Amino acid sequence: MNPHPFAFLAMFAAVAVAFPLALLAVARLWFRFFQPAKPGAVKNAIYECGVPSTGDSWIQFKAHYYLYAILFLVFDVEVLFLLPFAVAFRAMPAGAMLAMLAFILLLAEGLVWAWHRGHLEWK
Amino acid sequence: MSDPAPSPPVPSEAEREELRRHGILLTSMEELYNWGRSHSVWPLQFGLACCAIEMIAASMARFDIARFGSEVFRPSPRQADLLIVSGTVTKKMAPSVVRLWNQMPEPKYCIAMGACAISGGPFKQGYNVLKGIDRFVPVDIYIPGCPPRPEALLHGLMQLQEKIRGQAISGPGAPRHLQAATACDYPVPEFGEHDLVPPKNPAVWQPPVLVRKEGA
Repeated sequence: MNPHPFAFLAMFAAVAVAFPLALLAVARLWFRFFQPAKPGAVKNAIYECGVPSTGDSWIQFKAHYYLYAILFLVFDVEVLFLLPFAVAFRAMPAGAMLAMLAFILLLAEGLVWAWHRGHLEWK
Repeated sequence: MSDPAPSPPVPSEAEREELRRHGILLTSMEELYNWGRSHSVWPLQFGLACCAIEMIAASMARFDIARFGSEVFRPSPRQADLLIVSGTVTKKMAPSVVRLWNQMPEPKYCIAMGACAISGGPFKQGYNVLKGIDRFVPVDIYIPGCPPRPEALLHGLMQLQEKIRGQAISGPGAPRHLQAATACDYPVPEFGEHDLVPPKNPAVWQPPVLVRKEGA
C-alpha cells in the first residue's frame, strides 16, 4: 500500500510539534533536577533597562493610532487602483468609468466621515 | 544476589583518545553541559567608556569574537550570560550596573574590563568614581589595561571559558546558580548625598586589612 501523497506533511507537522516540546521538556527536567529557580524582585521587574521600573505592566494605553492606520488605507487602496485606472483610461468603456467613480466616492465618503467626526485632529 | 554490582570501568584519557580516533565520543553530562555553555557566552550589549570601543572592535571582523561563540551581544539583560563592565563606573551609574546584573538570569558571569572597572583606574581619587565594580558585583575575570586591547578581552573570554569548563555540576564545588541555598540577589545601591548607600556589598567585597607585624 502506497502512503498518501501528502503523508509527509503530517510527518513534518508531527516533527515540528515534537521537537520544540522535547526541548522544553529537557529544559524543564534540567530545572527540576539540577538548577533551582532564583527569582528576585529586581529580576522580575516589568522592564529591564537599568532604571527602576514604575507601575504595573497592565496599563491602558491610547489606541488612537489605529484610526490613522485605517485612514491611511483609504489613500493606499485609492492609489493602488487609480494607477492602473489611469494607465488604461482611454481604452475603457463608460461603465468602467462609472464603477471607478463609485469606488472613489465610497473611499472619499470614509474620509469625509472621519473628518466630520474630528478624527483627523490628534487629541 | 546480594553482591553489589561492580562499578563500571572508567576509561582513562588515553583510552578515550583512542576511542575518539575510531569515531566514538565518550563524555559526561557535566562535560557536555559545560562545553555547551562555555561556547555560547552571550555578553550584554553595554558599554561604559573607552573600553567599550575596544569591546566593539573585538566584536568586529578583525578580531571577531564570534570565533569564541560570543558574538551575540544581547540588548536585554534577560538574554545575556556575561556582563562586561567596560569602562569607568561613576557613582551615578553604579546602581544601574548592579540592577542590570541583577536582571540577568543565572548562570551569569562578570568581566571587569580595564583599570577603571577594576579599581577606578586614573580616576580613583575622584569623588564621583566607583573604586572597582567588584564592590557590588562578583567579578570572575579581571582584564588589566587602559584600555585593554581586543586581544586582551579575547584572552579574558578564553580564561572565562576555561573557568566554566571546570565547574562541577553538583556538590559543594558547584557554581552558585546550581546551589539551592545560595541567594542570587545583589542589593542595588542608591545614589546618596555623599556616596553610594551602601558603599559596598560586604558579602562580595571587604576592604583589605592592614596587619602590623609585632616588633617590626
